[in-house]
This record gives sequence, structure tokens and C-alpha cells, in this order.
Amino acid sequence: MSHRLSLSQAFVFLLRRDLLLALRNRAEYAMPLLFFVLVITMFPLALGASPQLLARIAPGVIWVAALLAAMLSLDSIFRSDFDDGSLEQILLSPHPIALLVLAKVSAHWLVTGLPLLIVAPLLAEMLGMPADAQTTLLLTILIGTPILSLIGAIGVALTVGLRKGGIILSLLVLPLYVPVLIFAASATENAASGFDPSAQIYMLLAFLFLSISLSPWATAAALRMSAS
Amino acid sequence: MRNDRLLFEQLEISLDAGQMLVVEGPNGCGKTSLLRILTGLRMADGGEILWRGEPIDRLAGDYFEQVNYVGHHDGVKHELSCLENLRLARAMGAPSSIDLDDVLEQVNLYAYGETDVGSLSAGQKRRLALARLLATEATLWILDEPFTSLDKASMAMFSSVFERHLQQQGMIVMTSHHDISLPQQALQRLMLGMPS
Repeated sequence: MSHRLSLSQAFVFLLRRDLLLALRNRAEYAMPLLFFVLVITMFPLALGASPQLLARIAPGVIWVAALLAAMLSLDSIFRSDFDDGSLEQILLSPHPIALLVLAKVSAHWLVTGLPLLIVAPLLAEMLGMPADAQTTLLLTILIGTPILSLIGAIGVALTVGLRKGGIILSLLVLPLYVPVLIFAASATENAASGFDPSAQIYMLLAFLFLSISLSPWATAAALRMSAS
Repeated sequence: MRNDRLLFEQLEISLDAGQMLVVEGPNGCGKTSLLRILTGLRMADGGEILWRGEPIDRLAGDYFEQVNYVGHHDGVKHELSCLENLRLARAMGAPSSIDLDDVLEQVNLYAYGETDVGSLSAGQKRRLALARLLATEATLWILDEPFTSLDKASMAMFSSVFERHLQQQGMIVMTSHHDISLPQQALQRLMLGMPS
């Protein structure tokens, strides 16, 4: 009777299952990445080829695009599980729900956040960003996108039970995204103009640890409410 | 309460090992709500649910390990194969010692082990959802209309699965609009009132 999986095994299992599902729904998960790339490539076309201007706006443009791409992909964290009843089964698992939630959010980040990190250098180069600033940009994306997934998960968990939750979700989540946007963009801007970006980076790290430690519990509680 | 409507009050039921409770009543009388309250997915507005004398909200994980719920939704992933779905169910609960191939054999899905669930029929999906009962080891089965979209042969097959579970001192709470062919002494019936 007590040969149930250990918590870490269950965590890995759920993570692998979500990655497998993402792999089988490639088209859906490629959308945010495509959006990210398209938005950024549109800017040089619309603003004209002025290298100074592009290099100057690059941090802001890349971060706004990353944030919107993250918002676009949020709903997929819990939507399909809610619709087909898998969420009920997860909630009825004897394992702590918060950690299962963390597994799902990690999978979501690997599928939506990590690709942004991979294509970002290419886009930064395209916008003519200086090399120092590029390193900082990647660092902010590495720290910042998991925060977006973690905060977003709370919002999705609260709205997944509503039929038209999309608008409420953006109103709910966007204000919480703004600090990440401000600190990440200003870190990159500092690095681009030759200043030390570490203060902003530390601030982002603080946000990250705060959201890792609080978001899964809040998300689990919100999911219980949505499922009842 | 649902949408500010009182569904039931003054309800007291107790279920012993080896017994089955069938909740009956017209559509909208609160059968599903009652079942979801019993699983702990939904909070009751008043009263409490005891499992072996202890409230379920205090037991939490220890209670969930003992319960297997098959609701209106099958809770199976269409993009995964039958075997992958059952492995997931085991990872999320307390796995039983039966081999998964044997489980699929029992519910007549053996040939579809590697098939994506999305391409199965509604009845086959239902059978896979019910196969979770065999793949995991839980004492209390809570089943919401388990026979939906099943054919006669499958209904008879699952009836005998239920009977065996009761003989092994398991418990079942279910709603059904179908007649259940089980020994009467193990059966309790609860009739919920008309919606007003």
C-alpha cells in the first residue's frame, strides 16, 4: 500500500508528462516564440534603419515582447488539464499540490521561457545591441522569465474556472509583471551605457526567490477554489 | 448550496467496508455536488465528512490516497497513449501491484495500449478512465455516472469489478441512472429530493 512514488519521482514524472504533451502539441507552444520573434523583427522595419535608435530601444523592445509572449502562453499551464478533468486527478493526489504545481510551472518555463532565452542573442545582435549589454540581457531573461511563469500561474489558477477569463487574467497579471519589466529593462540599459547593472540584477533575483517560495502555494490554493 | 440554492440539508450517511452507496435523484438535485464534497474537491457549506472517525480536511493526503474519483470528465489526456495515461495515474496515486498490461486486458483495451487516447471512442475513453480504479489501490471509489457511454458488455464487466472490490472490503459511492445488478445486502440507496 505504501509503494507510492516518492515526492521527487512524482515531481519528475509530472514534469516529463507536461514536456511530452508540449512536444505533441508543438504548434500551439511555438506560437509565443513566433510572436516574440515577429514583434521584434517588425521594429526595424517600422522605425527605419537607424542603428543608434535601434540599439537604444533594443532592451525595452525585447523585454516588452518577452512579457507579452509570456502572457500569451500562460493559459496553457492549466487550461487543458482543467477542461479534461486531469486537474481534479492532480488535486486528489496524496502528494503536496504546491510541489506538483511547481513541476507544471517548471515544464511551462522550459517550453515557453527557455526558447526566448535561446533566440534572444540573435535578436539582440539584429538590433545592434553592444556585447556587454547582451550578456546582461540574457541574464535578465534567465532570471526574469521564470518569475513571469510563476506569477502568471497564480493568475491562471484563479481564472481557469471562468469561461472568459482571458481579459481578467491580463488585468490581474500585468500589474505584477511591471516591476520585472522595469528592473530587467533598466539593468540592460545600464549595461548598454557602460554602468554596473548588478543592483537591478539582485533585485530581480530577490523577486525570483520570493515567487518560487510563495507562488506554488498561492497557485495550489487558487486551483482548489477554481475546481470546487 | 449551488447558485444560492439549497441542495440538501440534514443529511447523515455512513458507509461500512464492503458496502456501496448509490445516490439517486432527478437531474440537478445535487448528486455530483455531493460526490465532489465527499472527494474533498469541494467544501461543504456546513457539516463534516469523517473518514475512520477523522475529518477529511485534517487527513488531507492520507485521505486522498484512499480515494479514487472518476467524475463526469474522464480525466485522461488525449495526446498520450493508454499506457502513458495509466502510468500517470499511478504516479499521482498509490499504485496497485497489477501489471498495467493486465489492467488494459481486463477493460478490453489491450490492443490499444500504445494508441493515442484522442483516437478512441467515447466508450473506450470511459473504460480507460475506469481502468484507473484497477491501476491504483484505493479503498473508496467515488464514481459519477460510471456507465455513461458504455455498452452492455462493458457495464456487466465493470459491475463484476465493483462486486469484487466490495468483496475485498472496498467501498463505493456512485450515482447512476442505470440499474445495478449487485447483491442487495451490500447496497444502500440515497434518494435526493426534487429541485424546487
